[in-house]
Amino acid sequence: MNKNTQRTIDLVNRNLAKRYRAEKRFRFYGLLSISFGLLCLVLLFTDIIGKGHSAFLQTYVALDVHFDADVLGIDNIDDETQLTVANYDGVIRKALLERFSDVRSRRDKRQLYALVSNGAGFDLQDVFRERPEQWLGKTETLWLLADDDVDTYVKSRTASGEAFTGRLSENQQRWVEALIADERIEKRFNTIFFTSGDSREPELAGIRGAIMGSLFTLMVTLVLSFPIGVAAAVYLEEYAPKNKWTDLIEVNINNLAAVPSIIFGLLGLAIFINFFEMPRSIPLVGGIVLTLMTLPTIIISSRASIKAVPPSIREAALGIGASKMQMILHHVLPLAMPGMLTGAIIGMAQALGETAPLLMIGMVAFIVDIPGGATDPATVLPVQIFLWSDSPERAFVERTSAAIMVLLAFLIVMNTLAVWLRKRLERRW
Amino acid sequence: MEATVRETVEQKPERLLDRQVIDDQEAVTAAATVGKPFVEAPKMAMRNVNVFYGEKQAIFDVSMDIGSNEVVSMIGPSGCGKSTFLRALNRMNDTIEGCWIEGSLQLEGQDIYDPKLDVVPLRARVGMVFQKPNPFPKSIYDNVAYGPRIHGLVDRRADLDEVVETSLQRAGLWNEVKDRLAQPGTGLSGGQQQRLCIARTIAVSPEVILMDEPCSALDPIATAKIEELIAELSENFTIAIVTHSMQQAARVSSRTAYFHLGKLIEVNDTEKVFTNPEHELTEAYITGRFG
Amino acid sequence: MDTSTLLAVTAALTALAYVIGRGRSLSQAANVGGIRNLNSLPFYYGMLTALWCGLPALALLILWVIFDEPIIHALVIDSLPEQMRQLSGSELGLLINSVENIAAGNSAAMGVDPHLQAASERLISLREASRQALVVVVLCGGLLFGIFGWARVRPQLKARVQVETTFKLALLLCSCIAIVTTLGIVLSVLFESLRFFQTVSFFDFIFGLDWSPQMAIRADQVGSSGAFGAVPLFVGTLLISAIAMLVAVPTGLMAAIYLSEYAGRRLRAVVKPLLEVLAGIPTVVYGFFAALTVAPMIRDNGAVLGLDVSSESALAAGLVMGVMIIPFVSSLSDDVINAVPQSLRDGSFGLGATRSETIRQVVIPAALPGIVGGVLLAVSRAIGETMIVVMAAGLAANLTANPLESVTTVTVQIVTLLVGDQEFDSPKTLSAFALGLMLFVVTLTLNYIALHVVRKYREQYE
Repeated sequence: MNKNTQRTIDLVNRNLAKRYRAEKRFRFYGLLSISFGLLCLVLLFTDIIGKGHSAFLQTYVALDVHFDADVLGIDNIDDETQLTVANYDGVIRKALLERFSDVRSRRDKRQLYALVSNGAGFDLQDVFRERPEQWLGKTETLWLLADDDVDTYVKSRTASGEAFTGRLSENQQRWVEALIADERIEKRFNTIFFTSGDSREPELAGIRGAIMGSLFTLMVTLVLSFPIGVAAAVYLEEYAPKNKWTDLIEVNINNLAAVPSIIFGLLGLAIFINFFEMPRSIPLVGGIVLTLMTLPTIIISSRASIKAVPPSIREAALGIGASKMQMILHHVLPLAMPGMLTGAIIGMAQALGETAPLLMIGMVAFIVDIPGGATDPATVLPVQIFLWSDSPERAFVERTSAAIMVLLAFLIVMNTLAVWLRKRLERRW
Repeated sequence: MEATVRETVEQKPERLLDRQVIDDQEAVTAAATVGKPFVEAPKMAMRNVNVFYGEKQAIFDVSMDIGSNEVVSMIGPSGCGKSTFLRALNRMNDTIEGCWIEGSLQLEGQDIYDPKLDVVPLRARVGMVFQKPNPFPKSIYDNVAYGPRIHGLVDRRADLDEVVETSLQRAGLWNEVKDRLAQPGTGLSGGQQQRLCIARTIAVSPEVILMDEPCSALDPIATAKIEELIAELSENFTIAIVTHSMQQAARVSSRTAYFHLGKLIEVNDTEKVFTNPEHELTEAYITGRFG
Repeated sequence: MDTSTLLAVTAALTALAYVIGRGRSLSQAANVGGIRNLNSLPFYYGMLTALWCGLPALALLILWVIFDEPIIHALVIDSLPEQMRQLSGSELGLLINSVENIAAGNSAAMGVDPHLQAASERLISLREASRQALVVVVLCGGLLFGIFGWARVRPQLKARVQVETTFKLALLLCSCIAIVTTLGIVLSVLFESLRFFQTVSFFDFIFGLDWSPQMAIRADQVGSSGAFGAVPLFVGTLLISAIAMLVAVPTGLMAAIYLSEYAGRRLRAVVKPLLEVLAGIPTVVYGFFAALTVAPMIRDNGAVLGLDVSSESALAAGLVMGVMIIPFVSSLSDDVINAVPQSLRDGSFGLGATRSETIRQVVIPAALPGIVGGVLLAVSRAIGETMIVVMAAGLAANLTANPLESVTTVTVQIVTLLVGDQEFDSPKTLSAFALGLMLFVVTLTLNYIALHVVRKYREQYE
């Protein structure tokens, strides 16, 4: 026997080195997988932030604007109509021509005018209308919004003078360089991005409209899905008899949780838009569709937190003569509420990032106005990202990335809130 | 030292049998092991072993030997640390987070907690059978062949077949399963599963087999079969068995160790332990006054 | 009064009903010797009265909103001259549309058929009447039923039982929404698909190799007769999903194994949430990343190697989709791996197996059904994923298995066909619903099998 066991241990030892190599290899694969996942995460974030951080600054050009009554076409500063229709663009053009007095040909002039954004005239109007009596006939140095091509050029300009020229002509580049040399070009915080709606002009486009759209959509979703989800969870956990019907409901909920979101879009299109003839592009319909989509998530998490309430609490309530409804409303729901809220926040985060079903119900329209309610046409943040990502202008790339940063910031806040809520309020039994 | 402690014990027998003392950790820890914990030319020699789970100490200063080809049984009330001690013998406690061990444990003179020592060959030499039968969700054949395969003990399929057959035969399972070797091991009855686990262990030809309450999940008939098997196996293997049943200890082992609150109280020939124990606590336990 | 104001007024009325119902029960309690002699607490009497008031009002409101438009349209059509009423359904629809347009003031006032002008005036007046009638009907209904409920309040009334029954019914109704949703999906998708299969044969759709859904607008237009063979879409979907699974399954599984079997507690606490961040990133972000970063990178690297890579290659979309699915696979695998009992690991360690031997030969085989279930769910996810492919995959329906070429998928086509204005009677629009039906059937089957397998697996170790 002894000889035999001796043989065993020799055999074991003979193979050990090989087995440990396999062990190391296996472990290495595991580490590799984790590193790959984390690397992707880092890559994604650095890519987005690298592309998007510059959108939070916007290039402005300083021009000596002369508020010439003739050019503006104003003879009476108390006349509101005159102030509204006045030729502010003309004033800007004149200022540009004065700065670059060598520009003669029409083509060159048009190129010169293109250095300043189309929206600059409106800004000028706002400035002017504050104190028309003080400004009229005076020359002032004003910072005006630059065109997106100029913006891109200035932002991509390196110390060595290389820059992404894009659609800027040689002349335009020369002019911009001259303005830079005069310190008449400046990058300022991009408030437009946060205060205005969509626009065809990148320098005028903002995410306010999309954020408001998302807000209204999520409000509709929350108002509908949370009560319904909690009610369904309460029924399934506290009332439902064990029968075929209950099984069917459960199977349905679990399956719906895994149905592709675009299918919900088809449902919304066929039922709400086509059959009920509800208007397209409105947060109300979007919210209803997202409600149907997030309900399973909310039901599942609510059920889990109802389940976590120990039966002894229920027995205690029933034991002193509480009715079932009283037991649920007074004891089970308050105790399960933190878990349910966590689930609801996670469901809302999911809904906030959802795009595909909203495309189906027409929330992809180009909408400049900022929606004021759940029945105004609107788009949402992820759809805005989708729309911008399709635009050819380079300036839209940085805005898309910046919009993604804003979206991710919202999501991070929501998820952190959920985690905090869970840690803070959830009771361990 | 040993004598004085025994004296104090003998002087105040009623105090020791007092419930308080039975539960008094300090008094028990202060006691010394009586009987004959040591043998000549031991297979495994443990000296001053302490086992901790995080802050909590589970084993207090245990010293004893396990001789070649003997069956040592370990008994004691639940939570007395007998399983913990057994698992320390082939470093199965390594898998439990926060568990650490002090003292010396040697297998044929080699320290098994030497940081340079490799647990893989150690466990090939010191096999283990667990409380609950835990066949892998594989066929009966693959269950038994698992050990030889991972250790590369055989090169040819025919040899492997032979190892499987002998192991199943020695575990007394061959006749029951020889026609359904390809069926899952989880489909066997509890007793058969446990014998399968024993076959799985002996297929590696270990030198020592540790059994952690191998019959606690089995019915009396299956238990009887396992006990028979242990008796047969003792011809070739050194066996340490933890058991909850004193009768079982009496039937299968040549020496018996009694643990109490993490302390080894007494080690003696099984017959002596069950007829004339040296220590009051042992006596109290085997006469059923607590446990 | 618009609908939201009406809702608010109804809510106020309901609240009032609660107060007076409760008040009546209290005054009755005084007559019979205290609240203890009432059948239920005053709260329940109040609630019951409120239910009697609010529910009928709400039901009336909903019914009215659903049915007023069709009824008004029917009335307007009735008012039209005889020859106009003889028109077919779709022509009548057009007629109503133009009446609507006139009513909304969108059409030039000149040159409008006087009949239509009259009809539009009728439409406007009917709408106004309907709005006013709605207010009256809803409020009167609420009031009448509320008074009825109030009159029923007496000490013997089993208010609590009735309120609780209503409560339970409301809960049951909410839980049935899941079934209604599924039914709604099935019906809407199936109904439109059936209309599609009336023009295009089912087998041409399933087995056809050519996909070009652009229909001729005029009969004499060339080159776009419309072909609805969906095989290229299925192949494209499978190709991209396969690439995604090739990335996600090994990586996700190994990450889960490492985290649950090797990593220390501290590493796990850091890495697990970080990986889950990947799952929380919206798909539109992945799509942007795939289209603007990964696809150009792959194309440029391919060009260095002398490969002709499409800028909308299946590889880019698949890779990014795979990254998105990694945390999905890893968290599902983590669950099933943790469900494998420790005793099996002990059994293997006890024989002297190394950690990786234990994992590969004991833990994984034991967890296999659960892992397979998880992978099936991941496949279903990949097939149904929309935004990444819409943004990073192509539109051209190439029938190819080459990951460097551009392919299109079922979801891409659904989006392309349905974004913008659609006519619900063209096969082009309807084909999107047929694709949706395929997608729904396939993912539903996968989900059903996967959930079933996972549940059976869990029961095995419970």
